[in-house]
This record gives sequence, C-alpha cells and structure tokens, in this order.
Amino acid sequence: MSEYIIKNGTVYDPKTEVKGEVKDICIKDGKIVDKVSSKAKSIDAKGKTVMAGAVEIHAHVAGPKVNEGRNYRPEDKLFTYQPGGKNTRMAGGFSIPTTFKTGYEYAKMGYTTVMEAAMPPLYARHVHEEIKDTPIIDEGAFPVFGNNWFVFEYLKNNEMDNVMAYISWLLKTTKGYAIKIVNPGGSEAWGWGENCTTIHDPVPYFDITPAEIMKGLLTANEKMGLPHSIHVHTNNLGNPGNYKDTLDTFKLAQGVKPNNKFGREQVFHHTHVQFHSYGGDSWANFESKAKEVMDYVNSNKNMTIDLGCVTLDETTTMTADGPFEHHLTTLNHLKWANVDVELETSSGIVPYIYDPKIKVCAIQWAIGLELALYSKDPMRTFITTDHPNAGPFTRYPRIFKWLMSDKSRQEMLKGFKNSDKVMAATTLGSLDREINFYELAQMTRAGPAKALGLTDMCGGLAPGMDADVVIYDINEGKIKDPEEIEKAFSAATHVFKAGTLVVDNGEIISNGNKRTFWVDAKVPTNTQVERDVQMKFLKYYSVNLNNYEVSDHYVANPYVIEVEN
Amino acid sequence: MSKTITDVVCPFCGTLCDDLIVTTDDEGKKILGVDNACAIGAEKFIHSSDHSHRVTRPRKMQEDGSFKEITYEEAIEHTAKILVNAKKPLMYGWSSTSCEADSVGHEIAELCGGIVDNTAAVCHGTTLIAVQNVGIPSCTLGEVKNRADRIIFWGCNPAHAHPRHMSRYSIFPRGYFTGKGAKQRKIIVVDPRPTDTTNLADIHLQVEQGYDYELLQALRAAIRGEPLAGDVIAGVPKETVYEAVDVLKSGRFGVIFFGMGVTQSLGKDHNIDAAICLTKDLNDYTKFSIVAMRGHYNVTGSGQVLGWQYGFPYSVDLSRGFARYNPGETGSIEVLKRQEADAIFVLGSDPGAHFPMRCVKEISRLPSVAIDPHITPTTEICDVHVPVAFVGVEVGGNCYRMDNVPIEARKVVEPPEGMMTDQQFLSAVLERVKELKAN
Repeated sequence: MSEYIIKNGTVYDPKTEVKGEVKDICIKDGKIVDKVSSKAKSIDAKGKTVMAGAVEIHAHVAGPKVNEGRNYRPEDKLFTYQPGGKNTRMAGGFSIPTTFKTGYEYAKMGYTTVMEAAMPPLYARHVHEEIKDTPIIDEGAFPVFGNNWFVFEYLKNNEMDNVMAYISWLLKTTKGYAIKIVNPGGSEAWGWGENCTTIHDPVPYFDITPAEIMKGLLTANEKMGLPHSIHVHTNNLGNPGNYKDTLDTFKLAQGVKPNNKFGREQVFHHTHVQFHSYGGDSWANFESKAKEVMDYVNSNKNMTIDLGCVTLDETTTMTADGPFEHHLTTLNHLKWANVDVELETSSGIVPYIYDPKIKVCAIQWAIGLELALYSKDPMRTFITTDHPNAGPFTRYPRIFKWLMSDKSRQEMLKGFKNSDKVMAATTLGSLDREINFYELAQMTRAGPAKALGLTDMCGGLAPGMDADVVIYDINEGKIKDPEEIEKAFSAATHVFKAGTLVVDNGEIISNGNKRTFWVDAKVPTNTQVERDVQMKFLKYYSVNLNNYEVSDHYVANPYVIEVEN
Repeated sequence: MSKTITDVVCPFCGTLCDDLIVTTDDEGKKILGVDNACAIGAEKFIHSSDHSHRVTRPRKMQEDGSFKEITYEEAIEHTAKILVNAKKPLMYGWSSTSCEADSVGHEIAELCGGIVDNTAAVCHGTTLIAVQNVGIPSCTLGEVKNRADRIIFWGCNPAHAHPRHMSRYSIFPRGYFTGKGAKQRKIIVVDPRPTDTTNLADIHLQVEQGYDYELLQALRAAIRGEPLAGDVIAGVPKETVYEAVDVLKSGRFGVIFFGMGVTQSLGKDHNIDAAICLTKDLNDYTKFSIVAMRGHYNVTGSGQVLGWQYGFPYSVDLSRGFARYNPGETGSIEVLKRQEADAIFVLGSDPGAHFPMRCVKEISRLPSVAIDPHITPTTEICDVHVPVAFVGVEVGGNCYRMDNVPIEARKVVEPPEGMMTDQQFLSAVLERVKELKAN
C-alpha cells in the first residue's frame, strides 16, 4: 500500500489533544504512522484544516424503512440525480438518497464511519444488502431490542443470564453492533393501536414497563461489556412537555458505572435529544427545555447524547416508533407507511416539511442548536440530524455553520415569520457561544468514536489508528463569512479511508474497501435460551429459525469485534 | 439411500414458504420428494429435477424458426452486443430470480442505458403508485398470524394463487394472541364470483365487476357513520355492507389482502388508493393493516433492489444517464407499444404469455434474448434462449416475501452439468459489455 504525508496542515485531533497545531500526518499501510519514507506521496495542506474522518453515530441509511421511504417518495428524487462517472454509479435522492449516493455524500463531507440506527432483526438481511451497496464508508447496524418479546419475558422473570444470552445470539444472528431501544414497550403496544407515553406505562399483556425494559437492557449491556452502551430513543417523542419523560429516562442510568474494555465511559446514549426536550402542554405554548435537559447531561458523566438538529428542509421521517408516525400523519395529513414486525418492533414513515414559517418548526430548529451550545462536554454531545428525521445528513455543514457562528444564528432568528414567538420560547438568541474547530472534532470524531467503543480505531489521528483523514480548505483563524464554513465542510478536498485516497479535489476517485462492523459477544452456552428461541420460531414467527440468520456472505467485508467477558 | 434438506424456501409465489422438506438421491442430483409445499410449489421442484425435458445449452433461432444449440460464450457475446448496440434496450422481468442477479443486471442496464422493469408492470405496479399517493399501513405476515381477528381478501383467490397463505398466515394459524385459530377470525372475501376462497368467508361481498372503487368508498363512508344511498351498492345489498362494517370495526387487529382482481380491474391504482385509505380510516377505531398479494416469489425483491439503487420500484428508465420513473411512459407495455425500445432482454418472467399481443409482436421483431430455465412463449419468439439454473432449487440467493421480509433461498440439487446460473451469466455479460464499451 502506498505511503502519504499530509504536510503543514492545521490539525485538530482530540484523540492526541492537538488543538490546531501545524503538523504533518503520515499514512502507511492503511494506518496513521509517526513517519514515512521519502517515497511517500506528499499532499500540501498549508492553510488547510486536517481532521480524522468523521463518525456518524445515528442515521437511518439502510434497511426496510429507508427503502420504503425511497420507493414511496419518487418526488424526493426530483432535480437530484447525478449520472455515473468513472468511479461512481448514478446516484439520486435528497432526504433518502440511494445507497450509492449515501456513500458518496458522506465521503465528500469527510465522514468515513456511519452507524445505521435501527435494524429490525427480521429484516437484517435487507439492511446488510444495502450496506453492501453503500460504497466507501464503514458501517454497523443496531438491532432493535426495546419491544422484543424475548426481552420482555426474560426481564419480567428477572432472568438476566437469559437476557444476555439472547442479546448475544441476536447480535450474532443479525450481525448487529449494539442494543438499540426505540419507544420501549410503546412499539409493541402499537400492535393494538396503543402506546406507552411515559416510562411507567405498562406494556399491554406483557406486564412490564418501559423503565424496566431500559434498565434491564442497560444492566445486561454493562454485564456483557459491549463496545457501545444501550442506544435509546425513549417514550413520548415529539410531544409538548416530554422533557420530563426524557429526564425520567436519563435517571435510569444515574450512578451506574461503565464496564468494558473499549475505553467507553458512558452507560447510556440518548439519541436525537432535540425531539425529547419540549416544554409546554400544547403546540400553543410549546417551548424549549434544552437547558433543563443539558443541565442534567452536563452533571452526569456516564451518559452521552446526540442532537437531532432540525435543518428546516422537506424530509422523510422514519422510525421504529410506530405510534409516533401515526400521530404525525394525523398532524400533517401526509402519506403514512407503517410496518409492524412480528415479536420485534413496529415502524412508520411520514414525509415532513420543517417550514421556517411555522413557529413549532423554528423552535425545534433552535432547540437542536441550544443543546449543543449548552453542552459543557463536547466529547459527550454529538452532532446528528437523526437523518433523515430532522433533516438529511447532507446538511451537517450547515449545522456546523450555525453552531460556529452566532451571526448566522441571529440572522436566522430574525428572519423567521414568528421571530418574536420563537425567541420567547427559546434561549438561543442569548447564547453567543461559538463552537470551535477542536470542539467540532470532539462532537463529530473523537466523541462518537469513543461512545461506540471504537476510540482506538477511528475518529482520531494517533499512530496505529486507521488512516481515516480529511483535509478541508478552510483556516479557522481567517473566516470572514460564516458561509465559508458550510462550503468548506460540504466538500473536503481530500479524504483517506483506511489509507486509501477516496476523495481527491472533491471528487470520488475510489470506492475504498468498506467494512461492516458487528459484535460477537461471547456468553456461556445457554440451553434454556436455545430452547426458547426454537419454540418461539415454531409457534409465533412466520419464518423458520434456520432461515433467520444473516449468513456471512451478506456481510460486506466483515470486521468482527469480539467481546469476552 | 436419500438425503433430506429442511427449511427449503419455495421459489414459486410471494408467500415464499420456507418450511419445505426436500428429499434427494444420495448424490444430490435428483429430487425424490417434496414435503409441506403446495401442489404448485412441489411440482416446480419435481419438474426441475427431470432434466430430460430441459434445454441445457443456449439456443439461437434460425431463419426458418427452428433453434440451433450455441455455446454460452456465443450467448454472452450475443447478449452483450445487442445491449451495447441498442440505444434504449428494455430489460424486463427480474421477478423469478435472486436479488443478487437483479443487482448485476442493473449494472448492465446502467452501462447500456436500458429500461429496467419488473412484473409489477402488469400486476401490482398500480399498488406501488397508490402507495406513492397515500402511503401504506402494513405489517409482517407473522403479525397477522399472532394478532389478526379480521381478514379481508379483496380481488384475490389465495386458495389457488397462494395456496398456503391461509394455513400459514391468515385464516388457520394459532398465534400468540390467536390461540383459537380460525374460530377467532372473521373472514370477508370480496369477489364477483364464488371461488374456493369465498367458500371460507363469513361474509362474501359479491361486488359487481368493475365496481370495487364504489364499494370501497361506501365502506369508508359507512365506517364514519354516513348514510348510504340506495339499497344495493356495487352489487351488494346495503345491509351486507353495514354488516361488514360492523365486523371490521369490532375487530382488534384486521388485515386487507388484495390481488390483481382489484389492481388491474377498472380503477386500477385508484382502487388501491381507496383500499389504503379504508385501512387508514379503520385505524381510528382499531388496528388495521393492508398487504399486497404479490405474485412472483421475488417481484418484491426486484422492487427493493431497484429502490435502494435508484429510488424507484419499477419501470426505471436509465437511458438518459440518470434514473427516470414515470409509469405510463417508462413502463414496458407503453415502451413496446410506442416501439421505443430497440432491443429486448428478458430474465425471470414470461412477457410472451402475459403481455398484450401488440407488445408480444414487438418483442418478436426486436433483437432479443430470453434467459429462462424453461421453454416459454417468450423464449420461442426471442433470437436467443439462454437456459439457466433454477433459483431456489439449483442455486440460492436472496428473495423478498410479499411483506418485504427477506429470506435466503437455498440450493437443494446441482443444476445440469455445465449450466450457468442467472448471476454467472449476467456477470459474464457485464464483463463483456465493459470490454465493448471500452473500445
């Protein structure tokens, strides 16, 4: 493999605590190294910014609901199509781009690792088929556990060993990466058209509550020592006044210490917190509770969050929170797709237009940014849009601009049709903090990598790590116009994926050698769980057990993380 | 001695049963028996195993209409050349093959500027359009088994077209919340004719042919408590409509299954719009889902692969260098009727048997190739017929059930010696197309 030296770039790397120093980055055999030989190809990065490849902790980019979104929204392709090129396939779509476009667009922004946020186990093979067709980026997928009948029954009976054995089995069977929990209990209740709107609502027929589900899975996760913590989307998403449920959820993790060998320090990750930080009791008095939520996050170091920033676009919402999507379609009357998945989850899709002229949308926009600006620890606060729910991932550079420039935020706030109401319901106008490049690297690289248990592999530039390196044509000290930020982070000049130059002068020149991460968590043989699995498949599933597992050839270039505990 | 292979997936209809047990001879060459399958599925396995009826090498049509055997290399060359030389080749089918093969086919189409279309064009394409209009509240078939107490079959006859659907998922199974099986379920069948499915119905709504839309909208109105005008609605007595509404609203979990009796009869996608809206309306009272009774075992998979690669489920026109989708313009039937395609490539379907005569004539006029394990009406009018191994019998691969659940089909026996699979043939064509394009 070839050697590269990136010379004289201004490097921001929280992993090695390099805060904007001019230095060289060396790449050899796919890894970051201390030095290279004189044969190394040299890239001049003088006056430019150098960071590790960014790490996406939560996006819906592959699988059944993403694809239903694509297929049922031909309008999403309008004016977006790019013809294929020497190294690229034709690619289109805006909020739900094709798999090829997903790979290209992430890479062009300097993202090299992406986690698919919700994989229904029964559809795992579909998720992996799409991952296989998504070029360049490394990916992993989180199977959903929060409405799983095995989990319900084992937790109800207080059988922790069985929960762990089942988790281990399901991760292996679906080639999954982490424990995802979406509207625990509520998505099962949706099987009867019902919901669990607080964490203490009992799940119909299963005699368990969302709080017990989350606490049980959290305990199992730490006992097993998995690379990532539980990854939660709690109950009552999207409703005025839900911040109380959010704080109730956070408290489930209070005082719990992490147990793992991957350098992860949190026991609990809550995703798209923007959707969970609402005050008021109706859309009329809807307001931000970002400060209350972040006060809690700031003082509890064993948890991490991602933002779920609203980008004010027309997009496609999709979630395993089936009752929420039904609620949404009754609000906006746009086309509703729903899939309830036997024994496992529900899911739904509704297009949504975050219209800046609508007060609630503008408040949502403000809340996403407030969460980041109130954060005292950028290593625990990650930038996402919950793609495509609050906006497409291709808008990340715009969010960076808003976070880095008070001026750009003030312009937005003043431009809203309901400017006064938006400012009254939020505190964004008074927050003059501007995120700097080092903090950005924490929020998009080192932080998410650490939370995922990948801190020694990606998201940093320490020797021995994968050579995922990005060069942006921007100089932090010389920004005159906030638009320069959006422009520069939209199009990296160079991107290396594991030492392969994949983007050169903003063009895709290679499809790299993408990998699929999955976690093989070893647990003692558990014949009880083996029997239970067989019985459930015989009686309640619609596929045979032997046809459930995702066989190895569907997993693109697998990278297995083994966990012994 | 014999060998037994369990958990075999049936490559016939969209029910995609995955519990077949196939017995083969000791060498894994001949299928001796098939358990659990319906008569159609079992026959597919047994028939494929009888090599004496099969064409095992490509054949080229001669001037006198007879066929002469050619090599696979010659067939690859022929296929690559007609595709490369065409400005707008129509590449149709993709429904009786694996997703892996579909994917290779799409790459060829992209390079050659083809139109990629699957059998939804003449079946559930209207459903896909309706979903694009109004969405679709749906569920997996296991949800039906575990929860459903209200089942509607509309314009479909699973007793014949999806023979194990009723026993595996919809009428008879005892699931988690449905311990009493069929006794716990009320069945409504909407069909202009009495059929073997209507025989199982609690209520048979014998709709007047072509009046499905009216009946659907009447049900929607009645559900909301609106008065219905007239004593007979769409051929159904008003009282029966009200009776059906009571049954639907009093259930805890209902499902509408619908087939081509309603997707391809008068009203087409508008019928499905109404059926989906009926489902949506019922969710204001109880829980309801709707599932299309997809025909070919992997037509759903073709739509899925097209979806993630291009964003559209069928009738995808790649001829301009980017993907366009405009059913009515870019669909196979329309393109053939307008004589717009200048070559035709068929794989995993039989348009010769199913398309309007005008389109079939057009196929016979064009430079063509048909890739199919069988001799079919299509292979008989194409310039070259390329036999391939049976997917799901002689080669595995991923398939999607009618509820979009992916199931990996298994290989149970060896194909006839020297026979290529779809994927192998397409990969060879792709390589050749790349070479020809490079020159």
